[in-house]
Amino acid sequence: MSKKLVEFRNVSFRYDEDGPWVLKNCSFEIYENEWVAIIGHNGSGKSTIAKLLNGLLFPQEGEIVIGGQQVNEESIWSIRKEVGMVFQNPDNQFVGATVQDDVAFGMENRGVQRDEMQKRITETLSAVRMQDYRLTEPHRLSGGQKQRVAIASVLAISPKVLILDEATAMLDPSGRKEIMDTVGEIQESSGLSLITITHDLQEVVQADRVIVMNNGNKWREASPREIFLEKDALRTIGLDVPFVAILAEELKHAGVSLKSTPLNQEELLEDLWILHSRT
Amino acid sequence: MDITFKNVTYIYQPNTPFSHKAIEDLSFQVESGTFMAIIGHTGSGKSTLIQHLNGLSVPTDGEVVIGEYRLSKHDKPRDMKELRSRVGVVFQYPEHQLFEETVAKDIAFGPQNFGVNEAEIGQRIKEIIPAVGLNETVLERSPFDLSGGQMRRVAIAGVLAVKPDVLVLDEPTAGLDPRGQKEIMDMFYKLHKEQGLTTILVTHSMEDALKYADQVLILNKGTKFMEGTPLEVFNEKDALQSVQLDVPEIVQFLNRFEEKFGQTIPFQKQSIKEIAQSIQQIIEGAESR
Repeated sequence: MSKKLVEFRNVSFRYDEDGPWVLKNCSFEIYENEWVAIIGHNGSGKSTIAKLLNGLLFPQEGEIVIGGQQVNEESIWSIRKEVGMVFQNPDNQFVGATVQDDVAFGMENRGVQRDEMQKRITETLSAVRMQDYRLTEPHRLSGGQKQRVAIASVLAISPKVLILDEATAMLDPSGRKEIMDTVGEIQESSGLSLITITHDLQEVVQADRVIVMNNGNKWREASPREIFLEKDALRTIGLDVPFVAILAEELKHAGVSLKSTPLNQEELLEDLWILHSRT
Repeated sequence: MDITFKNVTYIYQPNTPFSHKAIEDLSFQVESGTFMAIIGHTGSGKSTLIQHLNGLSVPTDGEVVIGEYRLSKHDKPRDMKELRSRVGVVFQYPEHQLFEETVAKDIAFGPQNFGVNEAEIGQRIKEIIPAVGLNETVLERSPFDLSGGQMRRVAIAGVLAVKPDVLVLDEPTAGLDPRGQKEIMDMFYKLHKEQGLTTILVTHSMEDALKYADQVLILNKGTKFMEGTPLEVFNEKDALQSVQLDVPEIVQFLNRFEEKFGQTIPFQKQSIKEIAQSIQQIIEGAESR
């Protein structure tokens, strides 16, 4: 059993005292080396979870423990070394004049030695396949490239948890794919815990586990495959069901006896192929 | 209003070292009442094209004709303001442009500037609020107290309140959740039909282009790459792939099905249910052999 890294214990949060609860009695755990996707409609509480995770907000009730430390005013500085975050807008998170300055920024703030800094810049930019852009000015990059640099900047401080808070929402389809591919590679090779927050069900396929939020409550916690089975329920909470899941359902209605719940086109075609070649 | 682009070229900062050709020799026509989708990568010239539709940019070469308005380097309409009252543009993230104290004032800002009288504005707001899926109770609230989706609806209402004949939408659903995306697109489609608008939708979503558009224009590096009905365009998968554009997922699946099974299910905008039945027949066919 791998080690518990993040724990939400009965967490409730609201922005002001007479306001509605944005998060209601929410509990979950995230383990080392695990990829968890948090999905939900706008206003379901998913971004609040991200902000609570690195102490940008504090819960009114319950507690949050990261790497054995409870998140509070005193611990946030050490927590933020453990938790790296990439936000939605690629233009709001650049501070450096060049790509390498930007990656260096977080390390400078933490007093990393120059030699070590240079080594890490090379490593992290290679990890996001942006090593050829070290001296490029940020405004010359595409949205997807900017987000990859943002990921490199976060990786440079070697966090234990990387959170992507709708980091692909403002990108075009190719930028989105760049990010998802990059993140997948990094997660596999680094042993980092990854939390991706999204409303795009296509993006949860790669995750180990999915937490579905609805109106501030944890609505489901399961594998992507199990989640995809609940098509009608997903629709009622404002989420979209992927094309493959809809087609698989229609095939079953049409009398095609698919064995499994396909997650992507390859799996569905393979299933059909087996049925096709059986006779 | 009919829209015509005749050999339009647009160069940013011409005759400087930063000179950049965003659109080159672009020609196309949109008939009044058409729903047209414009698709292309970041940097393909989509945003520059949009700016020509209400005179924010004037062609460096060539000519743009919108209804009775003509834009070229020799010929600017005398009344640019009138053109802008007839072409409404919903820019990306339009909620960033909200600024007034109340929703009602924000929506009224556009028509006021075009000289519409208060009584008429009040009447228009009454009609538009339900049309964009808002409730009248929001009118006296600050737009900044609303949710992201509601703010976007208010910003859209501000554009509609001018009663344009042409509606230009630059990725109107970016950043919304799936339900919000569908609601906003269905709303535009309904307005398009009911008010006989000419709608130009800039989008990355092949799915939306397929679902709503009568005509699709694909831009690549500032030039026209392809033009036609959604069916004509999306059946050209090889051409689309050559410029790294995907076909809608449903078409992609049918193509892969064909590769694997050697049998074609032609795509004619049929429903997923009908496709499932076609697949079932092919599989059954194999079983009965």
